[in-house]
Amino acid sequence: MLRKGGQVSYEEKGDTLVVHIGGEIDHHSAVQVRTEVDERIISTSPAKVLLELSGVDFMDSSGLGLIMGRFALIKKYGGTLALLDPSPAVMKMIKLAGMDRMVTILKTKVKGI
Amino acid sequence: MKNNRVDFSAAVENEMKLILPSLSVNEGMARAAVAAFCAQLNPTAVELADIKCAVSEAVTNCIVHAYREEVGEITIEVKLCEGRLVCIDIRDRGCGIENVKQAREPLFTTDAAGERSGMGFTVMESFCDELRVSSRKDRGTTVTLLKRLHK
Repeated sequence: MLRKGGQVSYEEKGDTLVVHIGGEIDHHSAVQVRTEVDERIISTSPAKVLLELSGVDFMDSSGLGLIMGRFALIKKYGGTLALLDPSPAVMKMIKLAGMDRMVTILKTKVKGI
Repeated sequence: MKNNRVDFSAAVENEMKLILPSLSVNEGMARAAVAAFCAQLNPTAVELADIKCAVSEAVTNCIVHAYREEVGEITIEVKLCEGRLVCIDIRDRGCGIENVKQAREPLFTTDAAGERSGMGFTVMESFCDELRVSSRKDRGTTVTLLKRLHK
């Protein structure tokens, strides 16, 4: 009966874990995404995590909490986090929260990551 | 700003009412239903996205803060008024907000452990022309979102 929330898939490139997130990120789906992503980060302990967000159609402030929570978790493990290709919907929220001054945002796919 | 307050006397041209239980799975349905109803005014994609986001924040507040571990009733009323004014009331009968002024401050949250960003009211204010919050302890909260669409 429960609708599918944000979709998550992974790519490992050297010491970097790329997390592709798509769909709608709200309070409901953020809980599922958070659990899945945290399990992956804890089990692989990557030096760098890229949250690839080009496929996010909708994001409210629950998505901001999701990003900041992963930022804190990865920092705790001594790693770094960046956002890759945030969709316009995501970028609007990030700018509203001033998060673009705290988290590295890569606008286009960078070779070698 | 006071001079820009939306005129509540605008004639209602169409309206809808939606009552749903405070289950998180209903967040997407609530914003989609409101957006579908507002679509008859031919809003821009940005205006529609703003409405969806503001509604999502208000409904999430009902689920996370007003009812917490319980399931209660959320009532959403949308009025399309003359002058392309959209008026959305989102009402719960939950615990109420003790200090509305504090709750509306950016980054304020009572649920940091749940990774709430504390940006809900800020998003509603930013994405609408006017936000009104009326709350009574143990009686519930009504959030009114007003947005005037471009002609």
